[in-house]
Amino acid sequence: MLGNEAVARGLYESGCRLVSSYPGTPSTEITEYASKYDEIYCEWAPNEKVACETAIGASIGGARSFTAMKHVGLNVAADPLFTSSYTGVNGGMIIAVADDPGMHSSQNEQDSRHYAIAAKLPMVEPADSGECRDYVKIAYEMSERFDTPVLFRLSTRVSHSQSIVSLNEREDVALKEYKKDPAKYVMMPAMAKKRHVVVEQRQEALAKWAEETALNQMMMGDTKIGIITSGVSYQYARDAMGDKASYLKLGLINPLPVELIKNFAAKVDTLYVIEELDDIIESHCKKIGVKVTGKEKFPLIGELSQAIVREALLGETLPSTAFPEELPVRPPVMCAGCPHRGLFYALKQENCMVSGDIGCYTLGAAAPLSAMDTTVCMGASISGLHGFNKVRGEESTHHSVAVIGDSTFIHSGITGLIDITYNQGKSKVVILDNSITGMTGHQQNPTTGYTIKGDPTTAINVEELCHAVGFQNVKIVDPYDLKATRQAVKELLASDERSVLVSRRPCALLKYVKHKPPIQIDREKCRSCKACLRIGCPAISMKNGKAVIDQTSCVGCGVCKDLCAFGAIDPDKE
Amino acid sequence: MKQGNNIMIVGVGGQGTLLASRVLGNVLMAQGFDVKVSEVHGMSQRGGSVVTYVKYGEQVFSPTIEKGEADIILSFETLEAARWLPYLKKGGAVIVNSQEIDPMPVITGAAEYPEHILDKIKDQGVRLLTIDALSLALEAGSAKAANVVLIGMLSNHMDIPEEDWLAAIRECVPEKFIDLNVKAFALGRAADNA
Repeated sequence: MLGNEAVARGLYESGCRLVSSYPGTPSTEITEYASKYDEIYCEWAPNEKVACETAIGASIGGARSFTAMKHVGLNVAADPLFTSSYTGVNGGMIIAVADDPGMHSSQNEQDSRHYAIAAKLPMVEPADSGECRDYVKIAYEMSERFDTPVLFRLSTRVSHSQSIVSLNEREDVALKEYKKDPAKYVMMPAMAKKRHVVVEQRQEALAKWAEETALNQMMMGDTKIGIITSGVSYQYARDAMGDKASYLKLGLINPLPVELIKNFAAKVDTLYVIEELDDIIESHCKKIGVKVTGKEKFPLIGELSQAIVREALLGETLPSTAFPEELPVRPPVMCAGCPHRGLFYALKQENCMVSGDIGCYTLGAAAPLSAMDTTVCMGASISGLHGFNKVRGEESTHHSVAVIGDSTFIHSGITGLIDITYNQGKSKVVILDNSITGMTGHQQNPTTGYTIKGDPTTAINVEELCHAVGFQNVKIVDPYDLKATRQAVKELLASDERSVLVSRRPCALLKYVKHKPPIQIDREKCRSCKACLRIGCPAISMKNGKAVIDQTSCVGCGVCKDLCAFGAIDPDKE
Repeated sequence: MKQGNNIMIVGVGGQGTLLASRVLGNVLMAQGFDVKVSEVHGMSQRGGSVVTYVKYGEQVFSPTIEKGEADIILSFETLEAARWLPYLKKGGAVIVNSQEIDPMPVITGAAEYPEHILDKIKDQGVRLLTIDALSLALEAGSAKAANVVLIGMLSNHMDIPEEDWLAAIRECVPEKFIDLNVKAFALGRAADNA
């Protein structure tokens, strides 16, 4: 079972009643798997803040609730997170956050443990799928016992590794009674001041509990080397060192124990802290006067591995075979038939500044399209462009454009449009509507007309929404029609008012999308000019001096045909 | 307990490496091994170089395979076999699908697809087995079954009964594609040139 699937299993078994999340790699599958249990109400929320607040409301309403997000999603949800620490819970509540060391699919490498410290919330960290299931149950018990939301830290290698999990039945946890309690749930200053005292008392109680909980385990082997670690770092350490070291494996990573660490330190000769990303356990040890070696030997950047541990502690590297030449890299690319391709090609022809956003279309930054100037965070394309245009003057609105996907637009693009309207900007925005949340693996969103369970629902109409927030000039184009798309982009940039262009075509990977037969290039007509390679379609390449289209990956979108000046690409010809 | 091993499945995003690793993981679990399968989702799936680690034994700790640790590399594409070669253990084997897929730098002309990759891998003293999985998959009925053709080839190098492999395939593929995949498995298993 994937770690994420095991978390969902834990939710089912622990009587969780509500899950609300926004997709984000590597956390997405938790909510997808949870939605397969009819006993749990599951939903995709428009963003992580809304999801977290929904889970808080469900907890106050007496249910065990849950929300999952990626590390940067917790930035969005940080506002409710910090104050939920003050209100505490009614039904148990878990906030799962999945870090992405090594940035397999993220824009930064932040360490979510800082949030647990800053918000004064307990945080647990499982090391494999079995623990993912077990820790959910323990986290709900902690949450209700200590009256606090519990942070549940995952990382890519725990979320996306499969290991064996044993299954239990669902425990039926009744909905708790809801009683009005403004002193606990209305966080205005007079109440919050009193709640802060409660938070500090809870911290003390949790710190005491950290000394005795079975989440923290001491495993004694050779006592020359002692290792304090947690999560997947434990697996790397154990893989490299086996019985040649002793381990203190921390399952509760906030608050950290004091006496337990001192006891462990007393049993071993040399003590190391092995943790991915920041030096949080190491700093704690140093603060309590325990001598440890951590980041002097282990990197602050990227993932750890058994190889890194082996080299750092044993000075060993394994013999391996190198290929004798340098190899071309294989970066991710837009898929064959991707509806974003035509739009980015059109943007490239205009040579304008492109304020980008988070999604598959961020790949528009890569060669040969190279049509993206910035990518910061969800929604920043629109608000960032607004700032750019305000300082560079109205003329710049004719040479710059924001691009944002449908799901990202709903997540946090709408407020950017409102800012432009309210402050009389004239920025130009392209909404790339592929009728799905693509990058995270096809999740429904408020514009698609379907819920997470596939049930029909009210679809938010993007054009009407744009009108409602003060954008009168809203046009729609099909990005498979390259000529029309180029014309639409020209008109968008030429416009003297704030404008939206919706580039609309469903993701080519969606099951319901019917593909046309693959296109062939007429070898006789091909002059080897390579113009067709300029759109960066992975299905087109040069073979023996002529352009060819790979017949297994081509989906017949036809975007390439307009690039050929010699009529060698003709989709209508057999 | 039979001896454990480390197997890497590498290829290009979209080639069906995840299904192959699922079949392999299931068949190993059925043998009573502790198994860990580690994969990567999201950005790197989009036509990029992808890798899945499958580790099994009495007890597996780290879910990943590092340089010099893989007993077998099952490569869905020729260039990817070369890319991941340093992960092979001394004396390990590489099974490679002879298909070549140009990466974007080759398509744009910024780089060239290396020539004679397979010979150069062999020159390193590596045990190399090649298969045209795409043709065999088409023979079975669909290009998409190349992943199961490769699993068929791999099965010859593991001490697991054929019926257990077929059971794992039945667990992992949708019912309407079972016959196709069983055929693909048989073609891969028969194609072994070892």
